[in-house]
Order: sequence, then C-alpha cells, then structure tokens
Amino acid sequence: MTLNVSAIIRLLSPELILLITAFVVIGVDLARRRQDDGQTAAAVAVVGLLLAAFASVFLYLSQPGEIVLYTMAIDVYGLFFKTAAFIGVALVIIGSVHFMAGRSKYLGEFYALLVFAALAISVAVSATNLILIYIGIEFLSITSYILAGFLRGDKRSEEAAIKYFLYGASAGAILLFGLSLLYGITGSTDLAHIGDALLRSGGAHWLGLVALMMVLAGIGYKASLVPFHQWAPDTYDGAPTPVSAFLSTASKAAGFAILGRMMLTAFPQLQADWTVILGAVAVLTMFLGNLTALKQKSVKRMLAYSSIGQAGYILLGLVAVNASPDFGGLNGLMIYLFGYIFTNVGAFLLLLAIEKKSGGSTDMEQFDGLATRSPGIALLMAFFLLSLAGVPPTAGFIGKFYVFAAVINQQMLVLGALAALNTVIAAFYYLNVIRHMYFSESKVEGGVTASRGLMAVLTINAAMILLIGVFAQFFITWVNSSVAMLVANGF
Amino acid sequence: MDLLRSSVLTLIVFLPAVGSVIVALMPKEKEDLIKKFSIWWSLIPLLLTTWLAIDYAMYYLKGNQMAYQVKFAWIPSIGVNYHVGADGLSVPLLFLTALLTTLGLYYSARVIRKRVKEFFLLFLLLATGMFGVFVSLDLILFYVFWEIGLVPMYFLIGIWGNPKDRPQYAAIKFFLYTLAGSIFMLLAMIGVYLSTGTFDILDAAAKGVWLNAPMFATLSFWAFFIAFAIKVPSFPFHTWLPDAHTAAPTAGSVILAGVLLKLGAYGILRVLLSLFPGQFAQFGWIVALLGVIGIVYGAFVSLAQTDLKRLIAYSSVSHMGYIMLGIGAVGVALGMKNVEGAAESAAMAFNGASLQMFMHGIITGALFFLVGVIYERAHTRDLKVFGGLSAVVPVYYATMMFAGFASLGLPGLAGFWAEFFTFRGAFGIVPWLAVIGVIGIVITAAYILYRIIQSLFLGEFDPKRWTHWTTVFGEHADGPTDMALFEKVTLWPLVILMIILGLWPTPLLAFFNEASVNILSNLHF
Repeated sequence: MTLNVSAIIRLLSPELILLITAFVVIGVDLARRRQDDGQTAAAVAVVGLLLAAFASVFLYLSQPGEIVLYTMAIDVYGLFFKTAAFIGVALVIIGSVHFMAGRSKYLGEFYALLVFAALAISVAVSATNLILIYIGIEFLSITSYILAGFLRGDKRSEEAAIKYFLYGASAGAILLFGLSLLYGITGSTDLAHIGDALLRSGGAHWLGLVALMMVLAGIGYKASLVPFHQWAPDTYDGAPTPVSAFLSTASKAAGFAILGRMMLTAFPQLQADWTVILGAVAVLTMFLGNLTALKQKSVKRMLAYSSIGQAGYILLGLVAVNASPDFGGLNGLMIYLFGYIFTNVGAFLLLLAIEKKSGGSTDMEQFDGLATRSPGIALLMAFFLLSLAGVPPTAGFIGKFYVFAAVINQQMLVLGALAALNTVIAAFYYLNVIRHMYFSESKVEGGVTASRGLMAVLTINAAMILLIGVFAQFFITWVNSSVAMLVANGF
Repeated sequence: MDLLRSSVLTLIVFLPAVGSVIVALMPKEKEDLIKKFSIWWSLIPLLLTTWLAIDYAMYYLKGNQMAYQVKFAWIPSIGVNYHVGADGLSVPLLFLTALLTTLGLYYSARVIRKRVKEFFLLFLLLATGMFGVFVSLDLILFYVFWEIGLVPMYFLIGIWGNPKDRPQYAAIKFFLYTLAGSIFMLLAMIGVYLSTGTFDILDAAAKGVWLNAPMFATLSFWAFFIAFAIKVPSFPFHTWLPDAHTAAPTAGSVILAGVLLKLGAYGILRVLLSLFPGQFAQFGWIVALLGVIGIVYGAFVSLAQTDLKRLIAYSSVSHMGYIMLGIGAVGVALGMKNVEGAAESAAMAFNGASLQMFMHGIITGALFFLVGVIYERAHTRDLKVFGGLSAVVPVYYATMMFAGFASLGLPGLAGFWAEFFTFRGAFGIVPWLAVIGVIGIVITAAYILYRIIQSLFLGEFDPKRWTHWTTVFGEHADGPTDMALFEKVTLWPLVILMIILGLWPTPLLAFFNEASVNILSNLHF
C-alpha cells in the first residue's frame, strides 16, 4: 500500500514532533544556557513530548492500521506504548529539573537526549522490519549509555554507563546475529513475511529456535529479564536517579513492546516453544529480582531489584497470551506496564528528595521516621510502594489482576502459584520501607523537601495510580482495543 | 425512605473513609478537634446500622431476602460490579462493627497520646474496609475491601504497638499471613469467573462453580478456605494472632478480635458455603476437626499464659474454634441430606457459629478493653504481680466478672447461647468431634477462673508487690485506681449487651436464623 506524503506526515507526526523538539531544545539551550538552569530547555522538551503524546492519542482515535514506508506499523498497539513512554519521559524531565541544575553543565543535552530516547522508543515499538528494529534498539541504547553516565566525575555514574555499554554492545551483537539468522532462514526482513515463511517451512524449525533465543537475549536485556539482567542493578543504582527512573520504565516498556510484536508476528509458529522459554524466564526473573531485593540496604538498589522482579510479572502477560477478549494476556501486560510507569517513576523520583537531604545516600536509615518529619512525602512513597505490592485500589492491583487472570485462563496453575508466592515475598520488602518511614524513630533531624516540579510529578503519579485503580474500565477499554488490532493482524 | 434504603449501605461503607479524608485535612496540632470529630462522625454509621437492623427486622426478615441491594457496573468488560446488599447474617455484624468502632475511638481519645491524627485517620479507614467486606456481593469488591482493611491495621499495630511486644514484627507477620492467603484467593476468584462468567457471588452460586471440573473445584475450595482460615484464624494458621493481639494498642486489639477475625468466618459462610457446597460436604469434617483442635489447643495454651493479653489472644483461638466446628458441621450435614434431623442440626450449627461471631465480638472486645484498663495503670500485664484487686477496684472486678463469665459460657450471659447452639448442632452431625470440643469448655472455665479472676482479684492485696502504679491519665498513684468514667462508658454498653443477649437472644437469633434458612435452602437442603 502506497501512501501519499501528507498521510505519511500525519502518521509519523509523533516522531516528527519529537525530532523537531529535540533540536529546538538544543537551540534554546544555546541561547539561554546561562540564565535559567535549563528550565526553558526542559519546558520545551516537556511541551514537545506532551504534543507527541497528544498526536499519538489522536492517531489512536482514528484507529489506523497502516504500514508506513514498508517498515513501520502505525497501529494502535504501537501508539499505546508511544503514549505511555512519552508521558513517562515527560514526567521524568519535570521531576529532574531541580536535581540536574546543580550537577551538570550540559542541561540542554540532557533533556535533548531524553527526547531522542523517546524518539528511539517511538521508532522501535512501531518497527516491523528487522533492520529498523535493530536501529531503534541501538538508537535507544546509545542515548541510554550517555544518559547513564551523564554525571561525569561521579564514579558510580561512570560505572553504570560502562557496564550498561559493555552489556548492551554484546546483547546488540547477539541480537544482530539472531536477526541475520532469521533473514537467512526466510529471506525477508519483514516480520509478517518471516512469520509466513516460518509457518510454511517446518524444516527450519530448529534454526528458527536458535534465532528466537538470540532475539530474546538481545531484547530481553532491555526489559531486564533474567538471565540478561546483570547490568541492571548496578546501572539503576549508579545512574543519575531520573535516568534510573527512565531506564526502569519507558525503556523497559519499549523492550516489552518489541518482544511482544516480534513473538506475535514473526514467531507465532513457535508459540509452544517460546511460551515455555518465556515462562521459565519469567519465573527466574521474579524470583531473582524479589529474593535479591529482600536483602538490600539501599532503597534505590532495592527498587532496582524490585523492577527486575516486576519485569517478571509483566512478562507473564506475554507467556499467557491467548485470544480471549477479557484476559488475553497482552492486555494484562499493557495495563500493568501503564500503571507501572507511573508507579516506578514516582518511586525513583521521590528518591531525589531523600538524596538531596542526605547528600546522595538512599539507605533505609534515611527513611526512618519520615512519616513524622515529612508526612506528605512519606504518604506518597507508601502509596507507590503499596501499588508496587499490588494492594487495591491502585494501578498495581489492576495490573496484577489482569496478568494473573490471563495465566489462570491458560490453566498455567503452577505459574500462577509461583507468581502469587512472589507477590508475598515482594510485599515484605516494600513494607519494610514503609516500616522504616512509619514505625522507626528518626536518627536524622528535619524533613526532606521536594522542589515544586518534583512535588507536582509525584502528585500526578499518585493521582494516576489511583485513577487507574478506581476507574479501571476506561484504561482497560483503551488497552483492549489496542490489542485487538494486533491480534487481528498478526496473531 | 426508598432513597435511604438504596443508599444506606454505601453511606455506611464510605462515610468512615470520607471522615478519614476530613481528618487528614485537619492540622495535626488540633488533637482535641480530631478526636471529637472522629467520635461524632463514627456515630453516623452507628445510627445507620441501628436503623438498618430495625428496618431489616420490620420489613425484610420474614422474607429472608438480600435487602438494600445496589448494583452498578464498575469494570463492565469483565462483569465486575459495585454490588452490595445485606441480609440477616451481615446486618448484626455491621452493627457490631459500628459499635466497636465508636467505642474504640472513644476509648482511644483518652489513651492515645502520640501521633493522634494518624491514629484516628487510620481507625476510620479501617471501618470502611470492614463494613465493605460485610456488604460486598461481588468477589472483586470483596477482595478490594478485604485488602483495604489490612493496611490500616498494619499501621495501627506497628506505630502504636507497645515497643516491648515487638510491634513491627507482629505487624508485618499479620500483613504477610493475610496477604499469602488472600492472593491465592484472588486466583481462585478468577477461576470462579472463568467457570461461571461472573464475579457476582449470588449469580455464581446459582450457576454452580466448576461443576464439571472437580479438580479445579477442589483447588479453588482450598484457596478460599486457607485465606479465610488464616483470617479466622483456625489452627494451624493461628500463629500470627497472639503476636498481633499482644502488640496492638487496646482499641486495635478490640477491633482485631471483635471484627477482623469475623471477616474470615463471614467469608466462609457467605462465599465458600454458597459457591462450593459440594466440596464443603466433602471436606467439612476437616473444617470441623481443625475447629476442635483449635478449641482444645487454644484453651490449653491460654491456661499456660502469664501475660493477660496473650491469654485472651489465645482464648480467641479457642473461641473461634467453636465457629469452625459449627461451620464444619454444616458442611458435613450437606453430605447427609437423607439422614433424619441433619437439616435441623445444620441450622442449629449455623446459628451457633453466627451467634458466636457476634457474641465473641462483644465479649472479647470487652476483655481487651479490660486488659487496657489494667495496663494503663500498672504498665504490665504480668499476671504474677497482681492479686487481691477485688477490694481495691470493685467496679473493675465486677465488669471483669461479667465479661469473664460470659466468655466461659455461663447461662444467662451472651456466650452461653452461642456455645449451646453450636454444640447442639454439632452433636447431631459430628458427635465425636463435639464431645472432644466440650473439653475446651471445661478448660476455658479453668483459665478464666484460675488465671484471670483468681490471680488478678482474689487473695490479699499486697501493695509492695507492684509499685509502678499510675492513674489512667498517666499521673502518679500509690495503688490501683478504679475505672474512670470514660472506661465505664466504653465497657458498660458491652456488658449490658452481654446481659440482654444472655437473657433474651431471640431478636439476634431471628436475624441469624433467617440467614441460615436462606443460605441453606439455596443449597437445596
């Protein structure tokens, strides 16, 4: 199907808006660098991201299903992830203005890189072509490496970047090898063609399986799935906190979006295989993330492991994917991710207030007695943690409910039981932070303060978590219709 | 009137939550205002539940129906509704919840001295969770309220618990035990939907759950049962209870024993019995057996305690065992439909179990208040340091006598009827278990008389034995002082209820009997 130029511009408007925004941010920063601690640049970036989010929503409302330039599917599935990621990145930027102002000279670059990262996610979640998928992931990775190491001179930030880079480069190479195998088997770089070819040629099955494993390794590292997660704790822990918030949410969401699209359009033939493989990966991811988080003394590191554990639950949605309109698995994955973005961005960004008070430490002791020192901040943190634990009426509960329901729907009872067990394990360490905040006596004097921007972001996040939890139907309708197209097209 | 009838349950459930939001907006220095507001505000649900009990008795009781139903879509795409209603089983429990909440707030206003605002905020929020469970007719709604009740109690134990009793440990243990049960219950609820296409308790019961898949039915039964058994708590899931009870502040213990434990028993009667009658008939003997073990074991452990609060906590394990025995007997009876007298015995056992839910609420509620009374003065609960208090604090002595005798089932007081009906029903269905259970009654008498009455009140009062007395307001005192006015106001309504219901249980029994007729007849009994 050939589209005329205006149609292409319309369909690619979110990406175009972001591209322009990124360059405007750099330009604005050049003009106003000295005056305002990067506030104008940040504002431009946020406006651009929100515009792109609006554009995605408008496109979603017209229910498109086109393939643009033979490589990008502008469908509701991709638009869902774009909207979620843009909002997530915008929240990260608003929350980090105050934090970054004193720490780096290159503020314009920082915000521009985040916008570029959003653009990379936007391209990657739409890509239906192996080459573009690879380019999208690499684009996202390279921006992420720089962001992780952005605080030059901070040893831990540098360590975070170099670990992420070395791991990402290897994963990228493996991914590329896997993709080339796929091309070798099927003679095509288009996901739908690959799906057809694999369907027709049962003989290449074992080679397809090898390719599948390599693709899983290459994309799994983005989503921090065990055993491709080794970079994640150190990088989440060492990177500037806003970057950790970004890496553990929007960037991870992109990983899941690509994984979902590839599995469902290129590998439906191998579903029996990848269900088992991903099921095992999900179980490992949950247990490793949650059990290791139990022992952490620093809340930031605990959240790093927690977000690995969370990735395990999210993956369950793909493991249990099925054609049921109610609990199809994929809708669980998406509603979970959507709520998780707000929750985890909130939890990570809240650490900024703690770090400011303590001079960088986020140890449990820093949270002692926070409820009496800064009741508002403590309440927000408790709310985020309860949502991560899956206590109703929060977004975390709705997400877990849908994912678990899909698992039970597929009669994967053992998997469901293991996930439930993990929920109990995880509740322990989330509540442990609440224990420090509410039950322990403070050893530190004085409350923590959050800048106005940060406080606004935290409040928005908490409000969204509650909204998703209470008015769940609105979001579920959105998610369900986003899934319907993908299922109808490819699966 | 119709408007009130259609909105009354919603008001009862959400007014406390609205109250806690209002408290949250008050400045925390204005402690007096917060206390007064919370107490007055909690009177609204109390009045509404009183009206509800009268209205239900007058207009609905004979038709034994699920009244005051409200149903509108919450997550329509999977058929989750905000569906609430009340029948003869839930109406008395709603009243009990409202009563104990008001009394707990009133009592706490005098004895809670730190972080007042948070306490009253959480206490009101807790009420919303408890009311919600008692009126939910939708499984997901039930689960949401179940969990909402969990969080405030966690804070109440952890923040206001006595530092000597490891409150942080007790709080997390309480939370994790309950969550471990309820998360598997959530999976089973999803199973109910996959089997019947609805989350509605009444609809699912009418359709029958997993009728063609006995393995799933059995798994679901146990998932629900364990969640409820942890909450009750039934032996062997009871180990969180002594810790939580001992650590919790007085009003927290009262609510925990008075209402939260009843959520589990209520869940068994409302959800498990109506959704899985087949499995209940099959496994009812296990429920009854666990009940009997709980009765005897709990009583023996109580006898061995030297800490007054821990003693009463274990006595709860024992007394909740009666409920499990009664419910288990109902289950066993489901499997012997053709045996003569089984139906009658089942109704008896059902009534006994539900009466025990209510009676244990007021009796143990009062006992925990009474522990608070002595603890606020002596700052110890060690039974070994007391003795001869009867002459020094006669009013306290008298009140404790009423509560203690009611607890051991003395005829003429409230506890008797619950035990009578439970055992009368159980004898007709599981005679051997009932006989063993009776041992528990004897030991109960032993620990109440020997442990509590004798070691607290009898003998000579020796002022040198314990010297750290204060008044209830924290001022220095040379010896124990008798109950203050506010303590009398808190306790005497409960004592009066014990006497009235002991002499004339008919009105309360009418509620529960209609519920049992209704629920059992729906099971084609």
